[in-house]
Amino acid sequence: MIEFHLDGRSGVSPYLQLVQQVRRALRLGLLSEGDQLPTVKDAVSELAINPNTVLKAYRELEHEGLVAARPGVGTFVTRTLTNNTLAAHGPLRQSLEQWLARARRAGLDDESIEALFLSTFRATVSRETA
Amino acid sequence: MNTVLQARGLGKKYGRKWALSDCTLDVPAGRVVGLVGPNGAGKSTFLNLAVGMITPYAGTVEVLGESPTSRSAPRSRVGYVGQDTPTYARLSVADHLRLGAHLNPAWDADLAAGRIARLGLDPDQRAGRLSGGQRAQLALTLGIAKRPELLLLDEPVSALDPLARREFLQDLMEAVADQQLSVVLSSHLVSDVERACDFLIVLVDSRVQVAGDIEELLATHHRLTGPRRDPATLPADQHVVTASHTDRQSTYVVRTDAPTLDPAWAVSNLGLEDLVLAYMSRPPTVRDSRPALQVLR
Repeated sequence: MIEFHLDGRSGVSPYLQLVQQVRRALRLGLLSEGDQLPTVKDAVSELAINPNTVLKAYRELEHEGLVAARPGVGTFVTRTLTNNTLAAHGPLRQSLEQWLARARRAGLDDESIEALFLSTFRATVSRETA
Repeated sequence: MNTVLQARGLGKKYGRKWALSDCTLDVPAGRVVGLVGPNGAGKSTFLNLAVGMITPYAGTVEVLGESPTSRSAPRSRVGYVGQDTPTYARLSVADHLRLGAHLNPAWDADLAAGRIARLGLDPDQRAGRLSGGQRAQLALTLGIAKRPELLLLDEPVSALDPLARREFLQDLMEAVADQQLSVVLSSHLVSDVERACDFLIVLVDSRVQVAGDIEELLATHHRLTGPRRDPATLPADQHVVTASHTDRQSTYVVRTDAPTLDPAWAVSNLGLEDLVLAYMSRPPTVRDSRPALQVLR
């Protein structure tokens, strides 16, 4: 069982924060198949949030095929996200480090690097979704 | 969609001053509605009209399909907790529960007793000796154990310390999850109710400024920053909420269903608090000349 928490200042909507926390737990192997998610009532009384927020998050996870609701019992994990992309992390991290070193040599400070990365990341994401 | 509360041109005047004017809105069933606005905006007037404690000067209000002042008003199905969560100071906690049981046909005695035990309240304690947080919890217990379909709460948490506030909202949300009741709670601070609510009504100077599903509101309001520009040149589907200009730069808060494609603008999303503040800070002339914005569904 995992415990939810909410960051009021993150700018990410509460329902999405719940979805992301479940996905992260699935990726890190904290949750695996057959595990139960907190009941709506438990999540609601712990976080003092609207029940519809929790229901919406669970519906989204269900839609993604990660969990399934068993009426009257609870919501259970049906699929994990621990996959073989982990193996690719090492080389990607290495090339990212090389890129960072090049950026520093070009005279970019931390803030500029972050801004460049984020604007490029967002541009490619919006190109792909467009 | 079922409507639990419907107002049409609803207004109330005290002397020559409008406490609420031209209020038209629908509150769908199963929602937790935040009624937000500065002190004196008309929040209590709206709630008092909804429970039939005062009669409208203009327009109509229907609660669960009936007029709250009519003979057939659904009083047993509507719960109301007034400002400062009033209780009878000289009556004990147990007296309050007995009173609730006598006055309410659908009274859930087990739920009431269970809640009081879980809160650790002494049944023999007089309500006047309880702390503010305990008194609020007692009032909420009475409101919930009545088993209403609609629960109206007037500034329930504003007098509570942060811990008591959180406990109160936790218990309220648990009741919402358990009983599927609709709730309207007012507050002058949006941060108090932000997590608990999924529907928002902003009331300023006796008028509804905006009302709608919170996620839809957040998805359709944006802040645009860019080179100075006349509002008349903005696309027709962008409704300006606020505008501010320096000699070079313009900042707009707009409501629009369409994405902003103009590359001159830096577009950022608004938090709920900023959104509410934008509507609160609009100059009165803008507010009065436009109809209250309703989010389309």
